[in-house]
Amino acid sequence: MDPYRIREDFPILKRKINGNPLIYFDNAATTQKPRQVIEAIKDFYENHNGNVHRAVHTLSLEATELYEKARENIARFINARDSAEIVFVRGTTEAINLVAYSWGMGNLEKGDEVLMSLMEHHSNIVPWDIVSKIKGFTVKYAKVHDDGTLDYADFESKFTSKTKIACLSQVSNVSGVVNDVKRIAKVAHDHGTLMLVDGAQSVPHMKVDVRDADIDFLAFSGHKMLGPTGIGVLYGKKELLEKMNPFQGGGEMIKEVAFRQDKERCDISWNDPPWKFEAGTPNICGGIALNAAVKYLEQIGMDEVLKHERMLTKYALEKMQTCCNRVAVYGPSELTSKCGIIPFTVDGLSSHDVALFCDNYGIMIRSGFHCAQPLHQVFKLQSSARASFYIYNTREEVDRFIEVLKEIERL
Amino acid sequence: MASVDDYVARIEGTCGEEKDVIVIFKYDKKDEAITRIRQKAQLKNTIAGIIFELTFRDISFRVYASGKAIFRSIKNKEELYSILAALLL
Repeated sequence: MDPYRIREDFPILKRKINGNPLIYFDNAATTQKPRQVIEAIKDFYENHNGNVHRAVHTLSLEATELYEKARENIARFINARDSAEIVFVRGTTEAINLVAYSWGMGNLEKGDEVLMSLMEHHSNIVPWDIVSKIKGFTVKYAKVHDDGTLDYADFESKFTSKTKIACLSQVSNVSGVVNDVKRIAKVAHDHGTLMLVDGAQSVPHMKVDVRDADIDFLAFSGHKMLGPTGIGVLYGKKELLEKMNPFQGGGEMIKEVAFRQDKERCDISWNDPPWKFEAGTPNICGGIALNAAVKYLEQIGMDEVLKHERMLTKYALEKMQTCCNRVAVYGPSELTSKCGIIPFTVDGLSSHDVALFCDNYGIMIRSGFHCAQPLHQVFKLQSSARASFYIYNTREEVDRFIEVLKEIERL
Repeated sequence: MASVDDYVARIEGTCGEEKDVIVIFKYDKKDEAITRIRQKAQLKNTIAGIIFELTFRDISFRVYASGKAIFRSIKNKEELYSILAALLL
């Protein structure tokens, strides 16, 4: 892949910030959008805007066709068996909340256990914690090694007959560590346990095959993979989605709402998945634009995406470790076990100082806990700065970043 | 009568145990705000004329030429507003 050619598709990369060329290294938070995605949004609202399903007019039919085609293509992208296994949601957070409330409320009781790791994003921790307080089940946390890698032995030893679901991020949003979710899914299934994967940082960056890994639920966000904000996906095995109660009530998610005069109430029957979980008018344009993003990534090839990010990560890590004196990098040294995310600190400076300094030079990086406070406790950090790469980043941008880091060291 | 809000676009509490506070000045007022702050606070260090390390009332903070300032060890919003008022008005 040619990142210089790819950059031509991203209008925002022509911007200058404080007189400097924009260097966008906050891709783990959200990615920039190519013209193809922006055009898909424009085309929808200029030519096809109508509400989906249950209407017979041309615009509604066109919108429905585009929206459902997007679902089919996204199903193929992650190798789902059926497009009915793709539920459009707002993002990863809503997808996990959907499972925690819909599946969790129906299947978890006092005495049951939910298993996850200490490297999880708050969006995987908090929904289960909230539902556990309602239903009385226990959430158990598996350890993470000092380098941020998962302690597989600890994770696997924590499965018991009471464990009902294991929840694990495929890639840590702080360290970039890649977890072997296929291995954990196998252990989970051997214990009769379901497996939920937080794919927010994996689906945008590598080939994810839900059937090969035998994942029961997969959550991911559109905006982290070139799509717009407000659209994401919950993949769920069809047989699981069929048994689950709806997450929210409203239009679209029902087959019938019949008022029974004799009982003075409505008899309601649910729609089939995935629409059972898409109450109200969905983010139609978001789904269509996410499909444009998926097509864009497929044209590049997910293996090429990962290869490019690992090349940049290796290059940046080497430079950070050799050219900088006060910079400490966290995460595993083995490149094959991580993605294009580099957490770091500069001795004597808060992460926010580092991020503000970089911003002054047009370099966008993240600072803080990155919504993963427990992992910062493992690293014994008050917070960290984070550089994260994507398809449009270049070695020259890394060089500039290193120059600025050297400047920061003078502070 | 001028107020802090005439100069400040947004105040962000940061994520992390440091509890830093970032003040973002209004774009068209940022140069004036930085000039006023530099007149009243004591300059400890400057880098390339774009980052100013300052102290005021025993509170150290940094001001960036891009129109942002980062304050540490601020107890609450009232204390921050009081310092900003003293610096800006």
